[in-house]
Amino acid sequence: MKLLMIVFWSMTMTGLAQPDADEILERVDHNMSSRNRVVESTMVIHGRRASRTITSRTYSVGDTKSFTEYLSPAREQGTKMLKLEDQLWIYSPDTDRTIQISGHMLRQSVMGSDLSYEDMMDDRKLQEIYDAEIAGEENINGRKCYRLQLEATVEDASYQSQQLWVDAERFIPLKQQMYAKGGKLLKQVMLSEVEKVQGRWFPMKMVYKDMLKEGDGTEFQITSIRFNQEIPGYIFTKAALRK
Amino acid sequence: MGAGLRTWLNVGVLSFAFVVIIFYNGMIDGWNRQARHDTRGWEVGAGQLWHPEYDRYDPFSFEEAHAELSPDMQPLIKRDVLVPVLLEQATMYPQGRMQGVVLKGIRADQKLLKLPTGALKSKDDGVLIGKRMARSARLQTGDRLLVRWRDKNGTFDAREFTIARIFDSNVPTIDNGQIWLSLERLQEMTGKVNEATYLVASDAYEPTDKGIWEFKDLDYLLADLDAIIQSKKGGGMIGYILLLIIALLAIFDTQVLSVFRRQREIGTYIALGMTRWQVVKIFTVEGSAHSILAALLATVYGIPLFLYLDHTGLSFAMAENTDITIADTIYPYYSLGLIVSTVVLVVVSATVVSYLPARKITKMKPTDALKGKLQ
Repeated sequence: MKLLMIVFWSMTMTGLAQPDADEILERVDHNMSSRNRVVESTMVIHGRRASRTITSRTYSVGDTKSFTEYLSPAREQGTKMLKLEDQLWIYSPDTDRTIQISGHMLRQSVMGSDLSYEDMMDDRKLQEIYDAEIAGEENINGRKCYRLQLEATVEDASYQSQQLWVDAERFIPLKQQMYAKGGKLLKQVMLSEVEKVQGRWFPMKMVYKDMLKEGDGTEFQITSIRFNQEIPGYIFTKAALRK
Repeated sequence: MGAGLRTWLNVGVLSFAFVVIIFYNGMIDGWNRQARHDTRGWEVGAGQLWHPEYDRYDPFSFEEAHAELSPDMQPLIKRDVLVPVLLEQATMYPQGRMQGVVLKGIRADQKLLKLPTGALKSKDDGVLIGKRMARSARLQTGDRLLVRWRDKNGTFDAREFTIARIFDSNVPTIDNGQIWLSLERLQEMTGKVNEATYLVASDAYEPTDKGIWEFKDLDYLLADLDAIIQSKKGGGMIGYILLLIIALLAIFDTQVLSVFRRQREIGTYIALGMTRWQVVKIFTVEGSAHSILAALLATVYGIPLFLYLDHTGLSFAMAENTDITIADTIYPYYSLGLIVSTVVLVVVSATVVSYLPARKITKMKPTDALKGKLQ
């Protein structure tokens, strides 16, 4: 009986024990990544005078291949973006030209938003770049979150450190802050409208904000997301850009 | 219209052409001299040593365009024979607005360039900006300015700087979209210790093999300015050549009329034993004398005007807003070559247009000319 009590107690405590930071990051990566996905989204870019709304459809496989086609407004319609490994090409229907974005050009803003091409390209898992520590627990939008302190372990990390607020139940980040080497807060992402899609939790709305700049940031609203679809291979070719 | 009045009209227009040609070319030469002088003083020195990847027109090249300064360069750097400059692309946030900018690191104690780099010593976080940059970003001395950049590994960093001084230079290429700060500070910020993108050379520098660094002489560095000056000269030439053509047409017209009205005189000359070509010569010299008279008239009102302009200069309010090196006040430069070439141009062209109608004399019959018959 005593033995049974010990076994029950240890099992209960193991189940209730707070996961460590690495485990949290692993579960976040598990939720946020998939074999492939097809996403339709709306990006609202808030400028100083007016806001612009851009809709797009993105096909992606793992963190290496991605193909985005802009659907509206008319000015952007037909613009396509292909990412293969660490290379990025953009096709513009106005000029009927495909250009490769490289070097410093990757640091330019995507269509005037608070996101750079590099932000879109950097798909490395957080675990590969950062050492994580649990710095505390906080509530975000009424949800209990673990606050993780991430410190870069590689030299080429864009951000030396980050703070990540992860939903303690669903293991979805609800807030992310990126810091400069000197400690200045540079960027913030707020994630919300978490929904269960094909058995996993996923944030349907993300608001990116360059914290050094005035303005309301860039809203990224997912209108439809499908995981693990049959995506034809030709989509991820340069030829598909002109189709 | 009397011949005297006609002559003075011709002479007046031709003298005006004289003055305009000398004035315009004098202004362009004055601008050229000032611009070259200012560009040398503020930016290029007596030449520059470039990193092979550096392309001044391609900010994207700055990322790769940096290398360590070799030990044999250090004595030259200490003596101000070479002044290293390091470039880094960055983003600044004046009043919350985002604006691309180039950070330029230069030694605070350099004396080669006119940049007031001494002001960088006064504050640890002090930076220099030019008047154009200050106006476009609405910045003043003492203002704090947030700047974000990436180090050599691509990691973001950001900090605030204080505008230590706003300099006033006629050279926009060291001003627009640029922030000057201490070389050591920028090297530390980017992790590019003891590195530079290019070095400015003084007159004391003798181009020798400096490894990867490529020497660019003044002809190369000032090629754009030379091209602008040439294009301005070409554009201006159209204006004053039109004026000259009007004056020459008037001389031509006068000559045609003279040959027509003075047939008896021509016949008399020939009857007295002069050859036809000698008569042509008399008429040609008469015509070209307009240009000599015009030159004399031009000196009467031109010299005081040029002396006045030489003293006061000519101010151009738009100079600050241009992207080319131009002083607020341009002082014209009248070289002997300019004056002599203008005189030769006007006299030769006046002689040619005087000669052309006078050629008709060679075909005249002296007997008919004496009778005053129309030929």
